[in-house]
Amino acid sequence: MRVGDVTGNDVLVRVEGLHKRFGRLEVLRGVDMALHQGEVVVIFGRSGSGKSTLLRCVNFLEDPTEGTVEVAGYRLGGGHRTRRKREQIRRLRLHVGMVFQQFNLFPQLTALDNVMCGPMCLPGAEDKDVRRRALGLLDRVGLADKADEHPIRLSGGQQQRVAIARALAMQPEVMLFDEPTSALDPELTGEVLAVMKSLATEMHMPMLVVTHEMGFAREVADRMVFFHEGVILEEGPPQQVFGATRHPETRTFLDAVL
Amino acid sequence: MSEPALSRGERLALASARVPFGVKTGLVWVGVFVALGLLFFLARFDNAWILDNVGYIAGGLQFTLFIALGGIVLAVLLATLGALARLSANPVAYGVAGFYVSFFRGTPLIVQMFLLYLALPQIRTNLVDRYPGIPAELTDPLLLTATAAGTIALGLNYGAYMTEIFRAGIQSVAAGQGEAADALGMTYLQKMRKVILPQAMRVIIPPTGNEFIAMMKDTALVSFLGVSVFTAEMFRRSQLVGKADFKNLEAYVVVAGLYWALTVVFTFFQARLERRLASGYVRVPTAVGRTRGGAGV
Repeated sequence: MRVGDVTGNDVLVRVEGLHKRFGRLEVLRGVDMALHQGEVVVIFGRSGSGKSTLLRCVNFLEDPTEGTVEVAGYRLGGGHRTRRKREQIRRLRLHVGMVFQQFNLFPQLTALDNVMCGPMCLPGAEDKDVRRRALGLLDRVGLADKADEHPIRLSGGQQQRVAIARALAMQPEVMLFDEPTSALDPELTGEVLAVMKSLATEMHMPMLVVTHEMGFAREVADRMVFFHEGVILEEGPPQQVFGATRHPETRTFLDAVL
Repeated sequence: MSEPALSRGERLALASARVPFGVKTGLVWVGVFVALGLLFFLARFDNAWILDNVGYIAGGLQFTLFIALGGIVLAVLLATLGALARLSANPVAYGVAGFYVSFFRGTPLIVQMFLLYLALPQIRTNLVDRYPGIPAELTDPLLLTATAAGTIALGLNYGAYMTEIFRAGIQSVAAGQGEAADALGMTYLQKMRKVILPQAMRVIIPPTGNEFIAMMKDTALVSFLGVSVFTAEMFRRSQLVGKADFKNLEAYVVVAGLYWALTVVFTFFQARLERRLASGYVRVPTAVGRTRGGAGV
């Protein structure tokens, strides 16, 4: 249901009491979290700790087993997807951009068509306007000259930047990044991180970022959240997390990745 | 020192290895045709009769193609719906599609043709007897011409097989593609039309081409329904003139050649289409050359 204007208290995404079970495996075991206007939150933790699952629950690529997710005024939980609920989920997703680890660009479309295809699905979309905006976004991620290339002709870093432009084309209120650089060769992560950084610092785009790029976190994150075995073990601003972690688990993990 | 003398067999093998594989294959084909031609010549093959009648038999081409095209269009529609139903969580859609595929794959095509052509009118007659009030517009569609019954039966039958092809093609599209479409807020139909089906097409087209070619040949079965002389397709025509003049050899050789030529032509176009569909999946567009097994250097 639509529960009024949440921007009043400047919370864009609110996750409450979130549990997620896959069969007998409980991946999320009670997560509460909020993302505020203009905030960049980096989520980190071991693989299998539930950080990607949390992200996927925020735009309902996974249904929560328990608990609710509130985005852009829609507050939804898990359970059977009725026709009405499917439509609510779809409308919620219109406010949320997502960038995947494997890019998931549409291979049969050119870079420009990839960026255009989302907005063109909206009612009343004008090809001319959408095209102009899409070209602007490709320019913004530094790929104006690759507009007519198919994804397979682009490097991994270029593909991921097109994917970011594709998500931005929907003019989302919040962006989700699910390990956006993990599938990239090390020398290509920089160009993607630079685009993400400019999103945060220039556009003040609120972002939830699952990543192991601790340099990016230190530089860009307003808050860092450490996931451990399906719960948030610790959270705080980067200087606190890097400087004085309270939990030995966090320390061990940071020592391993830094 | 001079090399040791080669045996005759070895010299022959070496000489043979220098001839390209394609040339050898071509020679074999020529040999087969010469042998067949000789056989026909000895059997008093009547070339003059063929020249007189080939036009009439080939005149059935339009009906053959019409039946095949109608059948494949119907089959593609049914296969798309069937595949989506087989992938849906809706028990009605899933169940109906399951019945459809099971029945039409589980019974012979010729039986299905007769069911449509001869059994449906019986249903109509008995229904009208029992309920005289039924408007004729409701029952008349049960009376099909032989060509219509044959075309619909072909579509239903091939649609059932192609349902499985389409389902596998849709499932072959990576899960991340659907998720990306979902994340962009696309509706189910938008996701299917813009993202999933275009990618599934790459997997679906080659076997669908094979089905179409098979269907073109199965149009011959329609002749068993007793198509009228004016709309007779190629096989029916060859039967008619072959029996009338007692020139069965000539008639069936001609019609076999026509079907064969059709499949060769369509195989050519199918290969071109497949190459076009590959765009977006190959880094550098390559001229597709055919590789032949066992080719000599």
